[in-house]
Amino acid sequence: MTTNTQVLNEVTSFIWSEADLLDHQNYGEWLDLWTEEGLYIVPAEFEGDENFKDTLNLALDDANMRRMRVNRLESGESVSARATGNTVRMISRVRILEAGDDLVVARCAMTLNEMRHGKLVTYPADVEYQLQPSGDSYRLNRKVVRLMHADSFLRTVSFIF
Amino acid sequence: MSELIDIKNVSLSAAEMVEEGRINKALYSDPAIFEEELDKVFNNTWIYIGHESEVPEAGSYKTAWIGRQSVILTRDRKKNLHVLQNRCRHRGATVCEDRTGKTKSFTCPYHGWSYGLDGALRAIPKPEEYEGVLDKADLPLESLRVETYNGLVFATYRDDIESLEDNLGGAKKWIDLFMKQGGGYPVKVLGEHRFSFPGNWKIQLENTTDAYHFPVIHKSFISSLDDATQDIFDFLDGEGYVEDLGNGHSVMVMIPELVDLEENVDQEIPQRFQDLADELRAEGRSENEVKKLVRAAHGTGFNLNLFPNVACSMAFFRVLRPVTVDKTEIQHVAIGGEGAPEPFNRRRLRVHEHFQGPMGFGTPDDGEAWERVHKGSQSGPDGWVLVNRGMNNLHESEDGNVAGSVCSETGMRAAYREYKKMMAAGEEK
Repeated sequence: MTTNTQVLNEVTSFIWSEADLLDHQNYGEWLDLWTEEGLYIVPAEFEGDENFKDTLNLALDDANMRRMRVNRLESGESVSARATGNTVRMISRVRILEAGDDLVVARCAMTLNEMRHGKLVTYPADVEYQLQPSGDSYRLNRKVVRLMHADSFLRTVSFIF
Repeated sequence: MSELIDIKNVSLSAAEMVEEGRINKALYSDPAIFEEELDKVFNNTWIYIGHESEVPEAGSYKTAWIGRQSVILTRDRKKNLHVLQNRCRHRGATVCEDRTGKTKSFTCPYHGWSYGLDGALRAIPKPEEYEGVLDKADLPLESLRVETYNGLVFATYRDDIESLEDNLGGAKKWIDLFMKQGGGYPVKVLGEHRFSFPGNWKIQLENTTDAYHFPVIHKSFISSLDDATQDIFDFLDGEGYVEDLGNGHSVMVMIPELVDLEENVDQEIPQRFQDLADELRAEGRSENEVKKLVRAAHGTGFNLNLFPNVACSMAFFRVLRPVTVDKTEIQHVAIGGEGAPEPFNRRRLRVHEHFQGPMGFGTPDDGEAWERVHKGSQSGPDGWVLVNRGMNNLHESEDGNVAGSVCSETGMRAAYREYKKMMAAGEEK
């Protein structure tokens, strides 16, 4: 029980700091959290299957696409990115699904808030993390953000979930 | 250019707000005009409903919209297509709330009236109270007129307008060219992105025939491309053109070299496609098929704008739906080849994700611009939006149509001419 609580605390702490990096647009540091083969995935269906490569996603980013996405947001060339301020995301309901020596799988609830042209836009999501233990922390190996809005019509997004 | 006259305190009809080269901004923002459009445009012409591959088998269905009206596209047991109003004939509840699926019948959840795939009312619970009151044969789900062209399914409320093929006219050739991007396999829908923006539907309609915006608003997308692909997207000074195809339809050719994907199949495989070519070769595909698939992988070099709600846009279908005067829903439908090699369809999915959809590298910047156009339309008591670019630099196309340069607003003028005609229906003038 002690061990489980410890893993839960470590994972929660990791997820919170990742959230803080993204909300404050520290995208460079966020890129460093990833393993080289890691995948950032935002499926186009809330309850789709796991065959992401043969399915249309909102985002399916390998290391290269992640770097390009960050570059797009930071370059100043994207008018929508320039119009996007900091986001505020709340994370709760963290649960460890698997706690192996090489891989920890966790799931949590997230609500992200964005102020878009003076109007609050809210995105509730179910987020699953696959984390690789690394030193006294973790590295991101896979992050799947299942947006409730995915089944309906989203607003356009110029930030990272 | 026509002289801009100052108009004050004059009440213009929507049709009068369209001039050759400019439209009044009230066409974006006036709720009364929006209601008129739903009736005069969307209830009076062919509306795109879906692609045949979305309802592949007997019993397949998908829901779609004609403005605010929900409809169901079904394929019956004889494989015939139907477009049915999604409204029970008893008390009017929708009988289907799923986006897609497979079924034998649609049953209203309220009192259990059950309809066949062709809309026929098949069963009513406790029917004895209806004896002598109604005949089931009189109460099918209302059926719309349906016609298809090369896999595209359209429906209309009007039984007395021209056939779909007559309406498409000069656009048919371009639909045929567009459908070559299956790389030798029939085109198939692979998935769709759905997003909305706070603005009028015509702002999106214009965008698909607007090459002028591309290097400006999509600079961050272009920067993410390799050098060779950047050169391909540098098309404003190229040999492209926009052609008015009649009935509001138009085509914007950005990359003339990619108009016919079955031509020049023998050319050398460009460096950026080597990884795809290698994957296809590893599957044992012949060199000829590899070249054919590689050439089709990123789609065509043109946008075909079909008035009023669909575009065959380079490598995907863009479907728009007017929700309110200031809200539009858009689907970016990804397509590939039915039975085509996995690496080919995967490549197409990744290319789609790169630019399209709410998280693509292109769409969010379009969305930002459209939102601002809509916002701007509410500034000032009166004002006009210009669609006169390239009006004095027109030529006749090979097919004898009016054409302008690739970044002219010829396609917008084509759409607005049709819009004006439809909105003028019923006016004395």
